[in-house]
Amino acid sequence: MTQSVVVQVGQCGNQVGFRFWDLALREHTHVNKKGLYDEALSSFFRNVDSRNSDGRACGVGGRIQNLKARAVLVDMEEGVVNQILQGPLRDVFDSTQLLTDVSGSGNNWAVGHMTYGSAYQEQIVDKLRKAAEHCDCLQCFFLIHSMGGGTGSGLGTRVLSLLEEEFPEVCRIVTSIYPSAEDDVITSPYNSVLAMRELTEHADCVLPVENQSLVDIVNKIKHMSHGGKPGISIKRDSTIISGQGGLSGAEKPFDAMNNIVANLLLNITSSARFEGSLNMDLNEIAMNLVPFPHLHYLVPSLTPLYTLSDVSVPTRRLDQMFSDAFSKNHQLIRADPKHSLYMACALMVRGHVQVSDLRRNIERLRPTLPFVSWNQEGWKTSLCSVPPVGHSHSLLALANNTCVKPTFMELRERFTKLYRKKAHLHHYLHVEGMEQSWFSEAITSLSSLIEEYNHLDATKGKLMPDAPRLSIAR
Amino acid sequence: MSVVTVQLGQCGNQVGQELFDVICSDAEEGQKKTYSAGSFERFFHQNAHGDLVARAVLIDMEPKVINQSMTKAAKSGKWRYGEASHFSQSQGSGNNWANGYCVHGPRNRDVVEELVRREVECCDRLAGLMAMMSVAGGTGSGVGTYITQCLRDLHPKSFILNHLTWPYRTGEVIVQNYNSVLTLAHLYQLSDAILVHENDTVHKICSQLLNIKQISFSDVNKVIAHQLGSVLQPAFTADSHGVYSRNPLGELVSALACHPEYKLLSVCTIPQMPSSSIAYSTFSWPGLLKHMRQMLISNSKMEEGKFCSERTRSLTGFGFNRSLANLLILRGKDVYCAETGGFEDPDLYTSWLSSEESFTLWKSPVLFNKYEKSVTLVSNSQALLRPLDNMVRSAWNMFASRAYVHQYTKFGISEEDFLDSFTSLEQVISSYNQLC
Ligand SMILES: Nc1nc2c(ncn2[C@@H]2O[C@H](COP(=O)(O)OP(=O)(O)OP(=O)(O)O)[C@@H](O)[C@H]2O)c(=O)[nH]1
Ligand SMILES: Nc1nc2c(ncn2[C@@H]2O[C@H](COP(=O)(O)OP(=O)(O)O)[C@@H](O)[C@H]2O)c(=O)[nH]1
Ligand SMILES: [Mg+2]
Ligand SMILES: [Mg+2]
Repeated sequence: MTQSVVVQVGQCGNQVGFRFWDLALREHTHVNKKGLYDEALSSFFRNVDSRNSDGRACGVGGRIQNLKARAVLVDMEEGVVNQILQGPLRDVFDSTQLLTDVSGSGNNWAVGHMTYGSAYQEQIVDKLRKAAEHCDCLQCFFLIHSMGGGTGSGLGTRVLSLLEEEFPEVCRIVTSIYPSAEDDVITSPYNSVLAMRELTEHADCVLPVENQSLVDIVNKIKHMSHGGKPGISIKRDSTIISGQGGLSGAEKPFDAMNNIVANLLLNITSSARFEGSLNMDLNEIAMNLVPFPHLHYLVPSLTPLYTLSDVSVPTRRLDQMFSDAFSKNHQLIRADPKHSLYMACALMVRGHVQVSDLRRNIERLRPTLPFVSWNQEGWKTSLCSVPPVGHSHSLLALANNTCVKPTFMELRERFTKLYRKKAHLHHYLHVEGMEQSWFSEAITSLSSLIEEYNHLDATKGKLMPDAPRLSIAR
Repeated sequence: MSVVTVQLGQCGNQVGQELFDVICSDAEEGQKKTYSAGSFERFFHQNAHGDLVARAVLIDMEPKVINQSMTKAAKSGKWRYGEASHFSQSQGSGNNWANGYCVHGPRNRDVVEELVRREVECCDRLAGLMAMMSVAGGTGSGVGTYITQCLRDLHPKSFILNHLTWPYRTGEVIVQNYNSVLTLAHLYQLSDAILVHENDTVHKICSQLLNIKQISFSDVNKVIAHQLGSVLQPAFTADSHGVYSRNPLGELVSALACHPEYKLLSVCTIPQMPSSSIAYSTFSWPGLLKHMRQMLISNSKMEEGKFCSERTRSLTGFGFNRSLANLLILRGKDVYCAETGGFEDPDLYTSWLSSEESFTLWKSPVLFNKYEKSVTLVSNSQALLRPLDNMVRSAWNMFASRAYVHQYTKFGISEEDFLDSFTSLEQVISSYNQLC
């Protein structure tokens, strides 16, 4: 079995990260009844013997002693990390995994990327190497960060290129939280566009998540659970925004939203951690979903959002789960995949669902979904037998779809609005190492990415003839 | 003589486990001692505790599936896999044929060869090797191809049969057609015969004949195992004079794969029904054989009840499935009364082989897997032409845009290599097209 290391950078990265660790522990506690440290646990946790003063890890098969997260925590402020270290999750981390500063990046990408990036480069690499040394077979880095701030966006993408340099063989999957239009960070368009170029060039896959979509989903679930429709009641704590059963007590403002992202990460890794009749290892994600290196933005959607307390589960409800995965209001960015163009789509199913359920639904939905001409059957499927806590089954869809384009265009527009007036630009250009060319190159990179999606969109609806076949001499 | 099975990848290891399960329980139930003994000798040996141990090597690049298959086998209480005849690594080949073929295969060659050598040494006499895998993933297809090549080098004279599972057409691995093309093109040079099950066909059997509502991979695999078992279990050949044939692989290959351009074998078995109905159903040989013949001609791999009458379907017309060679296997009650003349009809076959060369018949009076009568047809015919052509077309369309090719060049498979594989499969397609 392989291991993965989570690298969480900045306020957002760390807040989402902590929700992930809480729910990961909850999930494994739920599945692992024997109290033994098993392969599944080993993928995200080390088992450290407290009697060993050197903190050496014990192998798979022994009793669970102290679980330590395979994580590196980076923030240039102390607040968030310190708060966590005083909370119930404190035992999961030790000080050697942390890197904090006191003054923050002031929502300035350049400060994160250049100033802190240079100052902390060695320490970061050092911590990454330590985390990697604790793995038998390190398969994947999961980077979690936001696009809009300074640390996650700037330093986070610096960490990304360090990962590429130091561990070229290890897959880099980035979860990026995109700012909403009404974001309170004024410079968030700058930060996001500067970060986008790094993501396009250095990530294997990016899972874009928009805060606005998270807000919408949270509202929808809250509405339902407060009696949205008469006669329908939601099973308590089954929602993907609930942290019930985890270690953390009182909910903080972003918790509900961040739990959605945590569930995304749990589901994307479930088939690599648990058994199933059709496994999907982490290295299969990029292989199946990334036809051309730069087009690696995968739009996630999670269903169901909650389970109803009425337990009779007719197939219709199972089929509804599949339909919902393609609907606009289940996507984690504001996008409409059904009316854009699919290059590839993965359906990762958990729980008591069989291959016939998959086939039936693919056949049912396929006619309504536009696929690029050279990948008309572009489905990747997996079946993991362990459902998420609180559900009997679940589905994560990952779509490589041109529907990401509007989000990117909107970002470009907001960037241009500021840039035209050179607003706040001096804050960036003051920073050592930062030059205006970074801005122009970043926007060029984004534009050419958008152009690639345009090219694909242009083929939509056109009937493409089969490529003429090779003729052979007889 | 004995067969050594090599199970590769998730699919190979899941299908293989069901195959040994069927063979073991069928042999145990066999009313004839020689039949059971023959079957056990073929597929199992006994360890020091007297347990039946499958003559199999389990190979996957990730550990979960092998663990599951070993546990399932041990739980059967009837047979098990050898303690030390499996090999896995930490991470799979990521659905990448190139990763399996160029990286994992060469890196683990020695270990795998040693495991196979140990199994081969356990056999008094080796009938041949059977490698089981899917063509869609990375390990079964890539490592499987590489290992088949190693086995070919090590055993130049032995029979090597590949059992391949072809993916659902509507897609389950996005690069499945690339992986399939690369696998088939290479195996065509290495293997003596390639026996194919299509997941779509088997799935249909599960839903329409077995009436299974929610079909799992285990259900699908049981059907594959049933069909495969009925090919591989002991039977009498025309000239075996009342003694069970010794070498199922050798006999199969010489019956069906007489020409290096034609190696693709399809299988079907009738009847197949829910196990609860078997006891209440009776079948006659003439009925079953007529049915099977119609299935052969119309290339439907499932009995559908209704057929166009033979007169409306001209023997030379469109949709007629021409054969190079057929092997008919009858098992069960009164098998010696069965009249199989309909399969010797020269019109079924290509003109350049006599029908004596084209048709082979095996029989066994022992009931197979609880069925009172059972007919299996292994066919080297145009049956797989359409799905093969679809595979190559889809892969070629994708290749025209060069999508995903970078994932392969990364591991050393170049565009030239793709082109070579496409060329050799176009050759195969053209050969089968011209079968008439
Ligand atoms: N019939 C059948 N097909 C299966 C089974 N398991 C997987 N498959 C098929 O096999 C293909 C996927 O290949 P796998 O065998 O999972 O891949 P692998 O050989 O393990 O290779 P990697 O996982 O890529 O390293 C798909 O077409 C699946 O439908 C099974 O138990 N039965
Ligand atoms: N979903 C989510 N978004 C957050 C969270 N914290 C901050 N953000 C968003 O992240 C952006 C600000 O970046 P932040 O992480 O605070 O900056 P940094 O600490 O400098 O990386 C804004 O778009 C915020 O809306 C969080 O916990 N969850
Ligand atoms: Mg902040
Ligand atoms: Mg596998």
